[in-house]
Amino acid sequence: MSVTAPRLDYRHFLERRSFIEMGARERVRAVLDAGSMRELLGPFDRIKSPWLPLQGIVAQADDGVVLARGTLDGTPALVAAIESAYQGGSMGEVSGAKIAGALELACKEWEQGRPILPVLLFETGGVRLQEANLGLAAIAEIHAAIIALRRHVPVVGVIAGMVGCFGGMSLAAAMCSRLIVTRQARLGMNGPEVIEQEAGIEELDAMDRALIWSLIGGEQRRATGLADDLLEDDANTIAAAIRQAFLTAAVAPARSAQVERYAELLRRIDPKDPPDPQSLRTLWNPEAPA
Amino acid sequence: MEKMQYDYPATHPVAHRVHVGVVGSGDLEVLLEPSSDERSHVIVNTSVDGFGATWKNVLDRFFLRFQGAASIEINDFGATPGTVMLRLEQAAEGLRA
Repeated sequence: MSVTAPRLDYRHFLERRSFIEMGARERVRAVLDAGSMRELLGPFDRIKSPWLPLQGIVAQADDGVVLARGTLDGTPALVAAIESAYQGGSMGEVSGAKIAGALELACKEWEQGRPILPVLLFETGGVRLQEANLGLAAIAEIHAAIIALRRHVPVVGVIAGMVGCFGGMSLAAAMCSRLIVTRQARLGMNGPEVIEQEAGIEELDAMDRALIWSLIGGEQRRATGLADDLLEDDANTIAAAIRQAFLTAAVAPARSAQVERYAELLRRIDPKDPPDPQSLRTLWNPEAPA
Repeated sequence: MEKMQYDYPATHPVAHRVHVGVVGSGDLEVLLEPSSDERSHVIVNTSVDGFGATWKNVLDRFFLRFQGAASIEINDFGATPGTVMLRLEQAAEGLRA
């Protein structure tokens, strides 16, 4: 179930429910058991960014993060989803604190012997530049919370697209016990536009979509072993894979705990002669289908 | 960024809260909840300055048909009048759900 080849039947294609096209709140509802979703710090609590209006930017009432409790096959669950349409899914002081706080509370639940399954639905450009260090601090708290929670339960992450997952939040995705991606997903530290702006168009043409997805797209990340499940863009498939992940993810140590293994993989790369995306697949993950 | 307030008469209370939309490019968020009195109160926070008359036209037209006593907060990120009306109608539809 690690690599699921998309089925080419057009009827199936028409019947599927696109997860990518859903907003954050719809995604949470699609993942949790039907009727079980209870939102925490929702829009009517109006816990929003105090910094954006000072800079002439209209703030969203939930600061772009949807938190909810509910159940997955009857087991209590916590799902956090980032709304990419609001400020590029960026992490500010409030949105970051919402995720970090929720993960910390989930950790406390486990310490008191109450199981709760954590799911993170990423769709983010990383830190919100308007909130700078406050956003970065919140992201660091998210990292710490994932590591702490991972001792009790697999932390399952999903990157569906089309924004992807970048910056400090790409580290958060990498820390997840199991990472689910679609073909449309992207995972990387710097986004293509940032690389082009900083290093020039000779380094990377941010308009070249085929090139970008070949480097940081979901398929490549799966093939090089940096993501676990490559799924088609279907809400039911993704919801089923999340449930399955909690059954299987605990077996292997988390990627970010395998320091020596990844140091060895990095040593295989000669920076003077960097591999192309295809050869990186064989270099890093010889068992993966070419 | 501009903030505007409007009041409209109402004939009946609204039953529950409804949230629709997103503060994304060309879109808006509508938070609709029961009003504390027998009128409707609208607060508009918009990123685009100088369109007060247009907002009033759109809201006047919406409240020709919508008679519930609601507190409505709109967080707008440059939506066109058509999009604003669709989001308002979507919120009103959410009340019937």
